[in-house]
Amino acid sequence: MTEPGLFTLRLDVLLAILGMAAATYACRAGGYVVLRGRRPPRFVQAMLQHLPGCIFVAFILPGVVAQGPLHLAGAAAAVLCMALTRMLTLSIIVGVGTLWALVALLPA
Amino acid sequence: MSAPVTFTWAGFRRGLRLVAPALPSFIPFGLVVGLQAAGQGLSALEITLMSLTVFAGTSQLVGLGAWGWPVPVLAVAVAAMVVNLRMAPMTAALTPMFHGLHGWRLWASLFTVTDHSFAMSVKEMREGNRDAAVLLGMGIPTWLWWTSCVTLGHALAGVMTISASHPLVFAGLATMAALTVTLWRGRTDLLPWGVAGAVGVALSQAGLPTPWPILAGAIAGSAAGALRDMRRP
Repeated sequence: MTEPGLFTLRLDVLLAILGMAAATYACRAGGYVVLRGRRPPRFVQAMLQHLPGCIFVAFILPGVVAQGPLHLAGAAAAVLCMALTRMLTLSIIVGVGTLWALVALLPA
Repeated sequence: MSAPVTFTWAGFRRGLRLVAPALPSFIPFGLVVGLQAAGQGLSALEITLMSLTVFAGTSQLVGLGAWGWPVPVLAVAVAAMVVNLRMAPMTAALTPMFHGLHGWRLWASLFTVTDHSFAMSVKEMREGNRDAAVLLGMGIPTWLWWTSCVTLGHALAGVMTISASHPLVFAGLATMAALTVTLWRGRTDLLPWGVAGAVGVALSQAGLPTPWPILAGAIAGSAAGALRDMRRP
């Protein structure tokens, strides 16, 4: 592999990018396309009401737990701050700041 | 069943206002993806093109992690599919927002759905807002901003390094954790959320790869909530 120029565009790279793009768009559009124009069974409708929160919890919690107790503390700080203040920017800063402080203060 | 869907500039502007506070949190993650792309030998044009067309950070990072020469075209496409599978139930849950939308408005709105815009638009939907332009109002700035951050990271390769474990990169997860609070509707969420978290953590600790802990947790949690709702209407 030679060093690419700023505007180098190789065919295999382009194909890989387009493949990733198509796969991702299929995921994004797929959920809607499957449901559109039909009335899902009552149970599925009830599930859809709960799905948003559940996706977030099932996405974040395993990731944070896998990274260890410091990340868990950082996430908890962000959640707590958001619950108390409803200020997103502040909550992000508090979450990152908590993790950063813990990483800096605790011996490795 | 629900109010008709509209698509107005006011809705677009509301989306802009909603997403603005979340934009800075994309910087560290975008830089990491850009640096990783430079490290793997992608050109500035190539990584910019990837951010513009894929527009999904975690899958870009995973795809670049699996990169090689010759390019494993199928492997990176499958990796993107696996990481982004969680988006399918998201747009399914947003279906009421898309009812009545056609053409570019529909397909472009679907393209710009992110974790962040999803959480924020679910909240809008629950509060009775049926102006679907909110999604594009959040999505278009996020799309351009994300691509800029990644391209900047690529340009900074050689000048700076930031590892994927740097505390600043946690901003992405911290944002999502904070946004989860806005999805909380009260004690009724305790059971579904508890089941979702327990199943997700158990499966990921058992070594199941992405996206299975997420999907299984989300489905188990919503099913638990639905079962309870149907038993006492």
